[in-house]
Amino acid sequence: MTGREARMGSVKVIHYLNQFFGQIGGEDKAGIPPQLKEGSTPVGQLIQKESSNRFEVVRTIICGDNYAAEHLEEVASVVLKWVEEIRPDLFLAGPAFAAGRYGMACGVMCKTVQQKLGIPALTAMHPSNPGVDSARKEIYIIETGDSTLDMKRVIPKMIALSQKILDKASIGMSQEEGYLPRGVRINVRAEKRGSKRAVEMLLKKLRGEPFETELPLPQFDKVMPAPPVTDLANALIALVTEGGIVPKGNPDRIEAHNASKYCKYFIGNINDLTGEDYQTAHGGYDPVYANDDPDRVLPLDAARLLEKEGVFAKLYDYYYMTVGNVTAVASAARYGREIGELLLKDGVHGVILTST
Amino acid sequence: MNELLLRRVRVHDVVFGEKTEISDHVLRMNQEEVVRYLLEDRRLKSVEIKIARPGEKKRIIPVKDVLEPRAKLGGTLTTFPGFFDSAEPVGTGITYVLDGVAVVTCGKLVNFQEGLIDMSGPGAEFSLFSKKLNVVLVMEPKENLGKHEHEEAVRVAGIKAASYLGLAGTMAACDEEISFPIATLVELEDSYRGLPKVIYVDMVIAQGLLHDNYIYGINAQGSLPVLLSPTELMDGAIVSGNCAAPCHKNTTYHQQNNPIVEDLLAEHGKTLSFLAVIAMPVCTSLLDKERICTQVLKLAKFLGAQGAIVSEDGGGNPEADLMMLARLFEKEDIKTVLVTDEYAGRDGASQGLADVTPEADAIVTNGNGNQYVILPPMEETIGHLEAIDVITGGHTGSLRPDGWIEMEIAGIMGSTVEVGSENLKTIAV
Amino acid sequence: MVKEIERVGLPAIQICAIVPIALTVGANRIVRAIAIPHPTGDPKVEKKEEIELRKKLLRTALKGLTERIQEQTVFKTEELSPGASERNR
Repeated sequence: MTGREARMGSVKVIHYLNQFFGQIGGEDKAGIPPQLKEGSTPVGQLIQKESSNRFEVVRTIICGDNYAAEHLEEVASVVLKWVEEIRPDLFLAGPAFAAGRYGMACGVMCKTVQQKLGIPALTAMHPSNPGVDSARKEIYIIETGDSTLDMKRVIPKMIALSQKILDKASIGMSQEEGYLPRGVRINVRAEKRGSKRAVEMLLKKLRGEPFETELPLPQFDKVMPAPPVTDLANALIALVTEGGIVPKGNPDRIEAHNASKYCKYFIGNINDLTGEDYQTAHGGYDPVYANDDPDRVLPLDAARLLEKEGVFAKLYDYYYMTVGNVTAVASAARYGREIGELLLKDGVHGVILTST
Repeated sequence: MNELLLRRVRVHDVVFGEKTEISDHVLRMNQEEVVRYLLEDRRLKSVEIKIARPGEKKRIIPVKDVLEPRAKLGGTLTTFPGFFDSAEPVGTGITYVLDGVAVVTCGKLVNFQEGLIDMSGPGAEFSLFSKKLNVVLVMEPKENLGKHEHEEAVRVAGIKAASYLGLAGTMAACDEEISFPIATLVELEDSYRGLPKVIYVDMVIAQGLLHDNYIYGINAQGSLPVLLSPTELMDGAIVSGNCAAPCHKNTTYHQQNNPIVEDLLAEHGKTLSFLAVIAMPVCTSLLDKERICTQVLKLAKFLGAQGAIVSEDGGGNPEADLMMLARLFEKEDIKTVLVTDEYAGRDGASQGLADVTPEADAIVTNGNGNQYVILPPMEETIGHLEAIDVITGGHTGSLRPDGWIEMEIAGIMGSTVEVGSENLKTIAV
Repeated sequence: MVKEIERVGLPAIQICAIVPIALTVGANRIVRAIAIPHPTGDPKVEKKEEIELRKKLLRTALKGLTERIQEQTVFKTEELSPGASERNR
């Protein structure tokens, strides 16, 4: 047996992927339930190659992003079963990059496998991925860019950190090892005493020089619920969507992801959105159903019916839209704020917002 | 221009002897004399004096306060003013320091917020007191003595012992002399015109229920902020009566050797003009906090402060004061740095401070007090070992049957002290 | 975005399929959507039934707008009677 053969498969890995990286399909296949594939997919093969075949992906679990997002617990228990059957050395998920549903699933699967089976688990995603918060304290998440072009850079980092975990070696700081800060604070010895650091920090602050606080305070980003609509029968209600519904042809060229703006469209004389006149511009979900009947994302027809029944007084003559796909948190916040202010100015009492 | 001459007498060992004196860097102490002196306070039933040296396998628990022996030479001023005969403003003249010695008040627990000092082993690294020649006063109160009387009795005993030993220092040759000039505001303005004007706000907890501090002998509760010169702290103008958590309680020693004062003085006249210290009482009610913070702002503005360092005393509600002050100061363009510690939980994942504000963008942290440690048994315990189960940082079962102690560093004297004497820091991973 | 709309003082309710993400991001009023690619639709059923489904979802959303809440709340679609909300977090 050559040295190479002996090293092959010294770390047995089970790899979790979504339908796209699992080579099953795109958004149209996002609803597939978890399935088992013995061996690896191209991403798994990349892991093997980059680890000089030290890591062997013996099993791949593929699940549709929508299915996972909508059935997290169920998928987790299926994954647990399939992992427990072989008890690999390592469980890897993703990289998920900026895909939110995928990231969420990766985080939860890793956390579950590690906590329930004691098998080290690791994933990788973009810092803005909502999946980060679901698991950052419990498992290491390698930081990635927001596009799959980052794959080649990320895989070696996943391998290196995984190896350290398996070797029970000491793990360095987040910047060194490439993982996202876990939101955990540990005591260390500084070179200078606290008072000296304070004086130096003050001098920098006084001079307008950049300084770094030692204790970043969290944004307690909770919003006080606004007072409710008190008289629904006499209320003016507005519809807003992040689902990307636009007039056919996307006249304002709103981007399919990371939208740089929001748009406003007149619906004052429309009772129903049809596939002839409207479409979705959102690139992050299967557009088939929305393009067939845009009311499935922006529920105009039902809103009109309820308006006629008198459930509320009037539907606002416009709807606001944007594409909520990898849109920066700060941008989305700004759009929300501006839309809110514009609607408030126009006498709207309540807002129904749909997102995909 | 006035000055304080600080004369350091380096002490390398403490032993009991016939006469209390210092020669060849050895402090000889007449034990009976000291005990007799302290027992003049009838509230104390017994006083035993023990010595704990760096490296010895000794543990001191429960520790109420630590004081550095200091006394003034000549004149009518005394260190720790306001307790006995003199209440005159200090910070000028000549002060002797027994460098290397600390008086530690110990004995029956007054309140559960008392601490531990290990002279060797892993616990020793967490406290600068492990490197001191500790003269430990193990005091037992009279039967049925009330808590407040008990606390006062041991506090006064500590001051008496520190003064008594400091006096021996005044008769010894000093190894080092440092001059601290004291200038008026006008003189500072003339001398250091181009330098940013900086103040130091020294928070002192004043919350009653044995969480107290004394400024010139007066309980800080009911006091508005007090303007002090940096050298007044060196002479013991602030004495600790407080039973905040041991890790971040500012002991009298920490105030006498206030490192923020030291480090600001090191930059004084070079990169900044250190105007003054403001001792700021920290109370519990919102009205009191607003009252005191706004008074501090008033003083700061009057002094023309452009920058401020604010150190916390204790934890929890004092963080509201930290944040309030940060808001008030930054609004007036007084650049502020807060110095604190954290209780981030044993896993380091909890929000470490009780209050936050966006203006608090420059914070120095002295560590997470919840860090869990396991300390080996020591050959000798000075005091009462069983107290570990009830003091802050300890818990029922902290003292294991095999003699090891499991506890949080919250129970180790000064481990995360918020004036920044130690170099413990917390980082995010 | 719904949090920011609420921040200006306008009650806003979000219909979305991935409720955990909406909660993490901080939406105060949430109604669970039918599915990601069709939050207010169901291509598997007849058009007439689909519209009824959509109306029901909207009724829940409107109810959610009229309720005074103290914290993040996910409103259930099934019951439409008072107290139909399910406190979350």
